[in-house]
Amino acid sequence: MAVDMSKRRTDYGPPHYEQFLPPIIKDNYGKWKYHEVLKPGVMVHVAEGGDKLFTVRAGSPRLISVDKIRLYCDLADKYCDGYLRFTSRNNVEFLLTDSSKIDALIDDLQKLGHPVGGIGNSISNIVHTQGWVHCHSSATDASGIVKSVMDELCGYFTSMTLPGKLRIALACCLNMCGAVHCSDIAILGIHRRPPKISHDRLRKECEIPSVVASCPTAAIRPTTVDGNPSVEVLEENCMFCANCYTVCPSMPLNDPLNDGVSIWVGGKVSNARHEPMFSKLAVPFIPNNPPRWPEVVDTVKNLVELWAANARKYERMGEWIERIGWPKFFKMAGIEFEKQHIDDFKHAGLTFKRSVHLTY
Amino acid sequence: MAEATYKTPKLDELEKGPWPSFVTEIKMAAKKSPMANDLLGQLEKSYTEKIGFWKHGGIVGVMGYGGGVIGRYSQLPKEFPGVSHFHTMRINQPAGWFYTSAALRKLCDIWEPRGSGLTNMHGSTGDIVFLGTTTDQLEPVFEELAKVDFDIGGSGSDVRTPSCCCGMARCEWACYDTMGACYDFTQTFQDELHRPAFPYKFKFKFSGCPNDCVASIARSDMSIIGTWRDEIQVDHDEVKKYADGGLDIVDDVIVNCPGKCMKWDGNKLDIDNSSCRHCMHCINAMPKALAPGKDRGACILLGAKAPIVEGALLSSVLIPFIKMEPPYQEIKDIVERIWDIWGEEGKARERIGEFIQRVGLGNFLEAIELEPVAEMVAHPRENPYVFYEDYYEEGDEDEEEEEENE
Repeated sequence: MAVDMSKRRTDYGPPHYEQFLPPIIKDNYGKWKYHEVLKPGVMVHVAEGGDKLFTVRAGSPRLISVDKIRLYCDLADKYCDGYLRFTSRNNVEFLLTDSSKIDALIDDLQKLGHPVGGIGNSISNIVHTQGWVHCHSSATDASGIVKSVMDELCGYFTSMTLPGKLRIALACCLNMCGAVHCSDIAILGIHRRPPKISHDRLRKECEIPSVVASCPTAAIRPTTVDGNPSVEVLEENCMFCANCYTVCPSMPLNDPLNDGVSIWVGGKVSNARHEPMFSKLAVPFIPNNPPRWPEVVDTVKNLVELWAANARKYERMGEWIERIGWPKFFKMAGIEFEKQHIDDFKHAGLTFKRSVHLTY
Repeated sequence: MAEATYKTPKLDELEKGPWPSFVTEIKMAAKKSPMANDLLGQLEKSYTEKIGFWKHGGIVGVMGYGGGVIGRYSQLPKEFPGVSHFHTMRINQPAGWFYTSAALRKLCDIWEPRGSGLTNMHGSTGDIVFLGTTTDQLEPVFEELAKVDFDIGGSGSDVRTPSCCCGMARCEWACYDTMGACYDFTQTFQDELHRPAFPYKFKFKFSGCPNDCVASIARSDMSIIGTWRDEIQVDHDEVKKYADGGLDIVDDVIVNCPGKCMKWDGNKLDIDNSSCRHCMHCINAMPKALAPGKDRGACILLGAKAPIVEGALLSSVLIPFIKMEPPYQEIKDIVERIWDIWGEEGKARERIGEFIQRVGLGNFLEAIELEPVAEMVAHPRENPYVFYEDYYEEGDEDEEEEEENE
């Protein structure tokens, strides 16, 4: 197809946001005074001059069809003069100026199958990755586990009964497109088998020096196989990061017998109270059990409910565990502490207990 | 074209339960799209065999752009021809993810006939994700997008699509105009966004306050987090109303203050602002009574990333406080200096955070011409292995004196 490049428009960037803002936001941009959560999934922002903007937030599977987007649009037209937005956790939000329309909108959302909630002391939507739907490196599916976990936790999305906020995220491999490493509960797909090398393909597809350099533990060495240059993996040094696979398609780690899920707890990104924290390993491995991963769902639900029953008001998962100590956490959660829980990568020594501040 | 009808007993299980189902969404799209239909077939097979069936990447794109399209091909093109090509297009979202129904409908009308009809609203970095199309449709989709003013986002070793919280549009805590800044930076760095030329990706995220709703401190190479440096604004009558309404000012607010900078005598909240750590807890707990101060700006931090390759990092402080005023030239100049040194010295697939770890923050600061300040570290070094570049030899002192006398 011939294209006249001189007429082709490029690098114009996203449309300016201003055209998508409802008049009440344009009028009160930077002039909001306070907000209140009115009920689950509903909040009001009050401007200095007294204008009120009502937000109704609904859950979403993130993977949505154009048909669903059009249904959202119909609701936005019906209730909000066509204005809507999405949140950083993939919820959809409807922006109303007339509070009398809120309940009818909630009814319509529920008829569409989209629960309203996720504001205040609730579990918001699970941030997640593509999984088997669209990714070559996934160690598990993403959408299926998210759906199964949220089915079980939906009551915590549509209510505000928890001690504080709880953020769950899922990444289907260590690349972590879903950046789960700072979540209250992180579900992380992991490989456990070193790469299977296709020496014939590697010769044609990969640059051996880049493959060797890609390994953070120097487990990959150049070698000769059947008279041809290739690489070998020192299996005892492989911690299954799959960085080699990212630079070289001929050494996949995906393996149904060994792939599965690990569970991490206690991370946060907000600066409120405690500084931001990484999530830490709680359960090293749970095998993939599609379609509903019941063992993962049970583990996550137990962790949520353990925290909910024991944390103080506002206390995030990590703040609660830091207060009670990790030994008590493992005991209370009924999780066996194993060798895998002890860090052995760089700076591992910083994670050892270096005091006698212990509880008995 | 005659389409296969797949039995999907495993996926059907995921249509049960109260949470909205992605399977239902794929089925909706599959009524019109053979691609979405074959996606169902392949996904059911993944659910049976517990493994994905996508090939490793592939370089595809639109003319003149080096990023924004992720090549994806099925490993089983004969079995599932509809997904033999199933490329993703990342479309740069409007700042703050605000839309009108009219704009969204236009996007749907572009995508439905030219792709699978499936989307992510939104992808992890913030883009609108068009999920699944063929190579020959990429250029036509881009052409249609241009007509409705939507451009393609980032991928690969480039500036990734910047994102921001809703900021001043709908939040009283926004300490700067996150949407304005996000749009401004996105426009300034269009070339870097569309043409990968870095050692690896570089992400900007703009959060209006230390609550950090877009997780910038965990997820962006440059985190721009709103804060203030004067006194928290206090409405004492409203504090009293919170107390009368059942909020325990001591247990719920003061005990949780990391700076231990508050006192409550039952009537008046006293804040020692010089010890305030700007964590937001007290303001979060009493939004009607407290607000960030009036001298507002941002703290700029650098280097967050997920584990691959050398381990996960949180961003760390680069500039403790800066006023956020367009055109943000001082920040952009620093960004350019960071890219210069990283572009020159960075290794392939080395994020800026890893680069700093490797060369040392002190050396990095010298290279980008910033003075070290104590706010950049949690504490000074604990080991005595200090590098000094110069040392004296016997007689050096005399020479210096002679030079001075000359």
